[in-house]
Amino acid sequence: MAEKQYNWAAIAKNPKFIELHHKKSAFLFGWWIFSSVYYFLLPIGAAYAPGLFKIKIISNINFGYIFALSQFFVSWGIAMYYAHVANKDFDRLTRELVEEVSK
Amino acid sequence: MKNIFVALLITLSLGTLCFAEEPKKDAPGAAPAASAPVAGQPATTGTPAVAAPSVAVPAPAAVPAKPADDKGKLKANPKVTIPIFLIIVGATMGVVVWSAKQTKSASDFYTAGGGITGTQNGWAIAGDYMSAASFLGISGMISLYGYDGFMYSVGWLVAYITVLLIVAEPCRNAGKYTLGDILAFRTNPKPVRAVAAISVVSVSTFYLTAQMVGAGKLMQLLLGIDYKIAIIGVGILMVGYVVFGGMTATTWVQIIKAGLLMTGAGVLSVLVMLKSGMSPLQFFTDIATNDKIIDHVKLLPIYLKELDAGTATADPGQRFLEPGLFLTNPLDQISLGMALVLGTAGMPHILMRFFTVPTAIAARKSVIVAMFIIGSFYILTTLLGFGAAIHLSPQNIMKVDKGGNMAAMMLAKTMGGDISPFVGDLLLAFLCAVAFATILAVVSGLVLAASAAIAHDIYVNVIKDGHADQHEQVLAARVTSLVVGVMGIVIGIAAEKQNVAHLVALAFAVASSGNLPVVVLSLFWRKFNTAGVISGLVVGTIASIGLVMVSPNMTYPNKVADDAKKAYTKLEKEVADGKVKPEAMEKTMKTISDKKAEETKNRGGKSMLGLDKPLFTLKNPGIVSIPLGFMAAILGALLFPSKRSEEMFDEIYVRQNTGIGMAKAIDH
Repeated sequence: MAEKQYNWAAIAKNPKFIELHHKKSAFLFGWWIFSSVYYFLLPIGAAYAPGLFKIKIISNINFGYIFALSQFFVSWGIAMYYAHVANKDFDRLTRELVEEVSK
Repeated sequence: MKNIFVALLITLSLGTLCFAEEPKKDAPGAAPAASAPVAGQPATTGTPAVAAPSVAVPAPAAVPAKPADDKGKLKANPKVTIPIFLIIVGATMGVVVWSAKQTKSASDFYTAGGGITGTQNGWAIAGDYMSAASFLGISGMISLYGYDGFMYSVGWLVAYITVLLIVAEPCRNAGKYTLGDILAFRTNPKPVRAVAAISVVSVSTFYLTAQMVGAGKLMQLLLGIDYKIAIIGVGILMVGYVVFGGMTATTWVQIIKAGLLMTGAGVLSVLVMLKSGMSPLQFFTDIATNDKIIDHVKLLPIYLKELDAGTATADPGQRFLEPGLFLTNPLDQISLGMALVLGTAGMPHILMRFFTVPTAIAARKSVIVAMFIIGSFYILTTLLGFGAAIHLSPQNIMKVDKGGNMAAMMLAKTMGGDISPFVGDLLLAFLCAVAFATILAVVSGLVLAASAAIAHDIYVNVIKDGHADQHEQVLAARVTSLVVGVMGIVIGIAAEKQNVAHLVALAFAVASSGNLPVVVLSLFWRKFNTAGVISGLVVGTIASIGLVMVSPNMTYPNKVADDAKKAYTKLEKEVADGKVKPEAMEKTMKTISDKKAEETKNRGGKSMLGLDKPLFTLKNPGIVSIPLGFMAAILGALLFPSKRSEEMFDEIYVRQNTGIGMAKAIDH
């Protein structure tokens, strides 16, 4: 199969690629750090702030339970938000770049 | 080709025959056998013990004064179980025959030709990931220790954020079949592939061994069949799926399993919630006011300790919904959390799933689908665990299995049995079949990942320099899968009496400290190179294994002796106080003498590495080994810089971000 040869260094310097790279890196690492911090608050809080976890919110349901449950929704939320941003921004930039490069 | 199918069908039907026949034969003797093998090691089937509870589970000898009565066993009805097993095995067999016809090239074998859709792959990832241990173990942990079990399950979902944001799409864009392909991209391929393959095979072997031993124990417990027969049965099916159907069959087995598992968990959860009038508030009130749960909490070692310290709450039922009844070492929890959050993304069998979809967009979609399935599953598991505690009582669950691993199964029988005894049998049989399918799906994925590393990285690219035609590649992959599968069976049988609970922790530790740092640095760091990959993989892997070898996971004979002494001292005191009923006296005396013998036998012994007590106090090494892995990878790369690797960074970075020139370019 005849492979198209790309000039990778040139693509890497393409303003579209640089924009994609900046936006993506900021988004990915930012939200990854947020999700990790949010997650580690759970074992840390359970161990060092048990009083907080015991506070009843509605009838017998306490803060600890709601916080643990919120982990699921926060994870899903980040995933959905990422899909939204990626579909809107990253994929568009990628498409434009690919079109430009394969001209 | 036809002959192979016939042979496969025969072996498989023989395999199923063993399942069909054994329960009848063993039926009368099965009950006592059912609780015996797990009593000594409550953690074996339920890998959650990985979570490193530093609470010693009360020595099993504390209860055997009561002989297993009717409540102390759980028996599947073979008349219902066998047809359901046959249907599932038959369905997966059909898939294998169908997919074997489509498996012609190496790409078909390893990645199903890249023809899996995002949604399908999402279900398959979920099927690959949710092991029997997480299904049975976590629901059991919740049924016995409440909140901590739920908290434990969270990390298994959060782990997928790393997979989604950092590895899924880049791996799809820059990779081909294996982890080695990504790492070898801009490095010296031979040594890198060889080291990567060793790391992949060790991760897979650790995980596979834990799964196989768990499978054997579980089938023994559920169906009353012999441990060896269970392993051989699971092994034959697993090898059959992978060798003949490759990735296509493995994927569909995983999809079927995920569907079954979600159905089972969903039906049971609805039945549990119906009992509480479908109201979550009522459900939690039912937990906190349940007499049996209150009695159970009052006797938990942590609660007793809190009583002594004067910090105990006056409401033991509510205490069940609060943290700290089981997971008492926060550092160990954080360490486990790190291994999960970074290790899942470094698991070769999970990474491999991203090569099966055609585009990065499909890879992204598949992780999101998987996250919804896995997350919903863990939320349902909570309902099952708490439901089992309410409707069966923790006491009865512990009678069947010390670690609570049978909680979900018992719940199925009881919830269904409330409708009619037949429904009870049916639900139990269905869940047994689900557990079985679960094991098959997970082990098949592992065998495929390990054989891809050996056949594709070592054989094709190191030994044959990448010069192997499609036919030879597929043949090499099939032969390797067969060998890996047979090794899995042999190891599974050999490890029957071994303590394997730490192996899952070890697999995640190696994946997070060895594989993940080098994958991330390969994709994102310009200066990364051959020396970095090798030093990162070697140091991360060795540090993880080394730390686990000197951790509390290993068996320390002096500790066993101390526990035995504690157990018999307690029993002797009960005898002296006249608390033991006359009819149980003989059994108690026997337990005391057994425990004394155990003490004498173990006293003064050393652990595998000749230690008296653990050198490293955490069960999960991640908190130390992950930074070590990263540092070694970075230092290695800085000490031995490579101009070529730096020059090639633009290429891999553009590829992983955009998918330009995907996959085919490294086909030469």
